[in-house]
Amino acid sequence: MDPSRKRKTRLIVALTCALLLAVALVYTSFSAASEARQPSQLAGAEPGKTYQLTGRVAKGSWEHKGTVHTFRVEDRKGGGPTVDVRYVGQVPDPFREGREIVIDVRKQGAVFEGQPDSLVTKCPSKFTAEPKT
Amino acid sequence: MATAGSICLAAALAICLYGIGASLYGARTGRREYVDSGRRAVYALAGMTVVAMLILQLAFVRSDFAFELVATHSSTTTPLFYRLTAVWSSQEGSLLLWVLLLSLWSSAILYLTRRKLREVAPYATAVLLGFGAFFCALLVFLESPFTTLAAPPVEGTGLNPLLRHPSMMIHPPMLYSGYTLFAVPFAFAIGALITRRLGSEWIRSTRPFTLAAWLFLGIGIMLGARWSYMELGWGGYWAWDPVENASLMPWLTGTAFLHSVMIQEKRGMLKVWNVSLVLATGVLAILGTFLVRSGILQSIHAFGASTLGIPFLVLIGVMIGGSILLVSSRAESLRSEHRLDSLLSREAAFLLNNLVLVALCFVVFWGTFFPLISEAVTGEEASVGPPWFNRYITPLALILVLLSGIGPLIAWRRATVANLRRNFALPIGAAVLVAMVLVAMGVTGSVPALLMFAFAAFVLGALGQELWRGVGARRAMSRDSVPAALVALVRRNRRRYGGYTVHAGIAVLFVGVAASSAFQSQHLVELRPGQTDRVGDYAIKYERPTSRLIAASNGRLERIDLGARLRVRRGDGDAEVVDTYKSYFPSMASDLGAISRFFEGEATSEVGLRAGLRRDLWTAVGPDIGRLQPRIDEGDKVFADASDLSEADRGALLAEALRGLTRSYTDDPPPATFRFIVSPMVSWIWLGGLIVFGGAAIALWPAGARARRPATAAGLARVARELERA
Amino acid sequence: MEIVLVLILVAVAVLAISAPLLAGRRVERGAAGEAARADLEAARDAKYAEIRDAEMDYRTGKLSDADWRALDRQLRREAVELLHALDELDGDAA
Repeated sequence: MDPSRKRKTRLIVALTCALLLAVALVYTSFSAASEARQPSQLAGAEPGKTYQLTGRVAKGSWEHKGTVHTFRVEDRKGGGPTVDVRYVGQVPDPFREGREIVIDVRKQGAVFEGQPDSLVTKCPSKFTAEPKT
Repeated sequence: MATAGSICLAAALAICLYGIGASLYGARTGRREYVDSGRRAVYALAGMTVVAMLILQLAFVRSDFAFELVATHSSTTTPLFYRLTAVWSSQEGSLLLWVLLLSLWSSAILYLTRRKLREVAPYATAVLLGFGAFFCALLVFLESPFTTLAAPPVEGTGLNPLLRHPSMMIHPPMLYSGYTLFAVPFAFAIGALITRRLGSEWIRSTRPFTLAAWLFLGIGIMLGARWSYMELGWGGYWAWDPVENASLMPWLTGTAFLHSVMIQEKRGMLKVWNVSLVLATGVLAILGTFLVRSGILQSIHAFGASTLGIPFLVLIGVMIGGSILLVSSRAESLRSEHRLDSLLSREAAFLLNNLVLVALCFVVFWGTFFPLISEAVTGEEASVGPPWFNRYITPLALILVLLSGIGPLIAWRRATVANLRRNFALPIGAAVLVAMVLVAMGVTGSVPALLMFAFAAFVLGALGQELWRGVGARRAMSRDSVPAALVALVRRNRRRYGGYTVHAGIAVLFVGVAASSAFQSQHLVELRPGQTDRVGDYAIKYERPTSRLIAASNGRLERIDLGARLRVRRGDGDAEVVDTYKSYFPSMASDLGAISRFFEGEATSEVGLRAGLRRDLWTAVGPDIGRLQPRIDEGDKVFADASDLSEADRGALLAEALRGLTRSYTDDPPPATFRFIVSPMVSWIWLGGLIVFGGAAIALWPAGARARRPATAAGLARVARELERA
Repeated sequence: MEIVLVLILVAVAVLAISAPLLAGRRVERGAAGEAARADLEAARDAKYAEIRDAEMDYRTGKLSDADWRALDRQLRREAVELLHALDELDGDAA
């Protein structure tokens, strides 16, 4: 094969690999992703489907017995419908009522079951004024 | 004081704008004095920002709560070290740090190139000052660090205790040094494109800065990972969180650039690729700076939606648009001088390495921005988690490690096939041997991990062989002893052996990652004192609860520690004591009771760690303070009623009450929640990181005068003579 | 008080920045050839590094004797071309 054909072949092979990777990436990301929802958007939640719930822990709603925690989550902006979450595990150190959290949940009856080790409490904002609790 | 600071920043902005104008005018008209003036503007910017930072630091050290920043990020009970580093825990302070570091590195490069790169340097100066002007404008108009409070509080809010870790305070300066150092090759690339001076000189002059940027950014990333492992209560070091990814992306493209630029220097190839890589790295560095403070992605670090989103997006848009415009209009000057000689060459290995690194960057980019992408495509915001990332990163990382061993074994230009077989024999043998031994030992739970161990053995075998042969070659010529030959070998071939060291470090690091991810044991249990849990080969007994009151240097109470003493035994070995506790820092909110404020503030975990080369035992405790609630409520009431006590009496009474509280926890402890993790070979990650940084330091070390010998007239004559003889 | 100090600092900065302008117009000697010369010197140094790298590759067993001698000859030829180009530049400037 003369050099320029060799180069063209190499280029085509490389581009094809890149395309295959990109297609695999795109396809699996859309199927593996969990939708991000706030509590007000979870009204029509399908049981058994995992959602990424973001919101604020409602004041006065956090109860825990050993490793079983239950709390209510409301929209980030406050007000509106809340959802009940049950989480088995250790909550992260920054976890507090009134703080924003992110957690993967699945609907089970009237309660949303938190997936293990998926609870993330956002660092209380360093870059905006501390909300006076 | 604050006004003085504001004047510094305003002057800095003016200096930046002047410098841009002077540099561009000097470049267009050829008037050298304006270019010199523009360069001096950069030095002046450095001076101004240093003074502004000093003023701010002084305010923190003195706990001057008239400064709003000090009042909201520090307190009198914050130790001095953290008071100094609290400056950049805020949006405003971190922006000031960014422009300070930018001005320092820019001054360094412009000083070093003041007699070189005459056509390119003025444009690079303008670009660097452009960044400076952007950040100064943010500081002057949107986020001033020097806002004052009309009624300064008596005590500040204090530094978020999660940040009270030495790693966490060096982490921002390291990261920002990385980002701002990457601005240097970016600026010079822009200058080279504008002036069509696309030869090797700008690359050579900026290389130390590119390497330093890569080193510092890498250190910053490692520190973040280590902090996550030690301080956050989950025992992991990487979560594919958007902010972690934001710092990783420019590092990946920077690594690709450092490799592919060698091809350009040798063969004049890949000019478009290289210039695109360095421009992309600069854009990703600014993107990283932006992501941390934009609030557009859900992240553990999402520091709230701020007003800076739009200006940063505009800057990034300008950078991307300008880059594409410049590269496409200079396509002629970017034509390759040669083609790839052979696929069996180090150049080809580098090319493959570049493709893998860019693929890695693309995966990280796609996964990080997926919430925005999916919202644009489907209208629903969706996110992907670590399992998705790991699915693609793992095979790519395996290929990358393998390549890092193959590269050193192949010659430049075109390898001799027969020699190739000989060179690969030992490393392949090492890999196969390690694989067989591991399989025989029963380490078969994870195929990717097994492959990674084998590939790492291949890499280390290849590098060991290279070192051995290099020393042998040196000794054949100079009759040095082995250590002397080694030192001389490395000194004369810093880039090569520095690079080899980095590759060795990466192999070690990935062995640690593979082992600790694939073979980890983790338990989350509730234990009463006296109970034992078994994790991995360890038997962990919760011996007794612990409690402590910690006072700050000024006598005020800094925090309460509640924890556990554990007695740990592995197999038949001796029992060891491991302490772990949770620290509770008081909240400054005025509506909380005197006692309960201690449990409504921030809490951090002090991990009980037994680190070793073969495995880490990681322990954390979550005390159940629910049982203490009645006593806390009672204490609040007592203090609310006793408001007529003097300050001193109140303090004494508070200390007594808290002592009683903590004693009640240890006297009658409720079951506590423990997380125990046994992670094999986690220390290899930190060790690998140190080796990588050592390698970078070797490569960065300035070559001595001896290495420049060929440049003398005698050297030139010799080259010509030898050619005639050949 | 601090404000006065800072203002003095600003004044010093302004003086430092404008010093080159006050010194008057600087005559640039041979600026045009400067950039070309610098690029050639960088290319020459890179070529020397290539020659050394090739020798290292040979001595560590990656290249056969024949392959190395051929490569070394070619690289030295390329180096001499660069040296000639540099000489021409000097010739022009002289």
